[in-house]
Amino acid sequence: MRYLEPDRRHRVRVCINGSSAEGDAEPRTLLSDFLRHELGLTGTHVGCEHGVCGACTVLLDGRPARSCLLYAVQVHGRTLTTVEGLAAGGELTGLQQALARHHAVQCGFCTPGILMSLTCLLEQEPGAGEERVREALSGHICRCTGYEALVRAALDALDGTD
Amino acid sequence: MKPASFAYARPDTLDEALELLAQHGAEARVLAGGQSLAAMLNMRLVQPRVLVDISGLARLDTIDADETTVTVGASVTQAAVLRWPGLAVQPLLAAALPCVGHPQTRERGTVCGSLAHGDPSAELPLVLAVLGGEVVLQKRGRRRRVAASRFQRGVMLTDIGEDELVTSALFPVRRGPLGTAFREVSPRHGDFAILAVAAVADPAGVTVGFGGIADTPLVRRLGHLEADALADALNAIAWEAGGDSDMHAPASYRRRLVRRLGAATIREACDALPRA
Ligand code: FES
Ligand code: FES
Repeated sequence: MRYLEPDRRHRVRVCINGSSAEGDAEPRTLLSDFLRHELGLTGTHVGCEHGVCGACTVLLDGRPARSCLLYAVQVHGRTLTTVEGLAAGGELTGLQQALARHHAVQCGFCTPGILMSLTCLLEQEPGAGEERVREALSGHICRCTGYEALVRAALDALDGTD
Repeated sequence: MKPASFAYARPDTLDEALELLAQHGAEARVLAGGQSLAAMLNMRLVQPRVLVDISGLARLDTIDADETTVTVGASVTQAAVLRWPGLAVQPLLAAALPCVGHPQTRERGTVCGSLAHGDPSAELPLVLAVLGGEVVLQKRGRRRRVAASRFQRGVMLTDIGEDELVTSALFPVRRGPLGTAFREVSPRHGDFAILAVAAVADPAGVTVGFGGIADTPLVRRLGHLEADALADALNAIAWEAGGDSDMHAPASYRRRLVRRLGAATIREACDALPRA
């Protein structure tokens, strides 16, 4: 059994965006804070810190998860992907290009989380239609775009996957 | 918002988990998917001394089905149930799950966690209540089964003892011709329902349940009624439940939904009932 004392920092090792990384976290440290403050990956945004807005969404073992509803110690030994992992070689992914083409990024606050959810959808369900795209987006709040451009961009990117 | 301090325990076996709960009692909280608990921790609505993370217990991460029951273990996520190839045997659960939170929260949130949380407008407690299911509770040296109707006792209040763990939920599988339907009205798909309705029709009548209007799921058995008689029956249920007004909707709107959405859901379930 792993038992971690409160108010102390514990070593957390993860595989993130294809390489291994480690840092220290108290049991109560949110994964979102661990990513931003400990690993310096500030691409993951934090809006509400109680699971409602979706800005902090990352991929945990390939599936979307709210990083504000996870504690860093929970993901010890697991695999994470954050927005920094998408354009890893410097070139934007097809999805990122589609968002740019359709003007689906305005202030950009919601964008990292939305990219992670849609990246998973594209991977898992290349045949997904508008309903599935809207369902994936329903887990995100965007105050700028009105969502239509996001839907169009996602469908455009899906078209390009076959 | 950041949670207050807690210790984090990740037991390797069910016995270790039960031992921790026996030791810490009310000071401990069980963490599975954390989609409700972590939000409450972050807002400091709960401040346990120890979190017992059961998400790694392989023994609780199974879905089993036999002739009579679908058994969902405590660390099985809602997404895993949705992806389970056998889900068709439990059509009401299949219909309700897509309304539970968002795809992102279903990947972590567990079926049993939702039951243990006991939110009065949550879909899964409603489904379990309408199906007449049970919850399995375990503590050191003792295991018991509690009927859904006795498990949820009030708003976020359940029959779980301080040292008990929900280990699985039992969703009965019924034989014979059945028609099921699930509908809800919520501000945004995946949000908590203003009103949720679940109905199971069989040749003798309809079992219908409402979430979001009373402190616990409200389940009633009705005969196959003509439109006018059904309207009267639903009107009586609406006034019996009363409902509360809050920022999402006034009580009168909830009562209207009991009548309208109730009738539509019952009709859908009856239409789905194969004719003899
Ligand atoms: S910051 Fe995590 S969902 Fe809003
Ligand atoms: S682009 Fe501003 S919140 Fe979505």
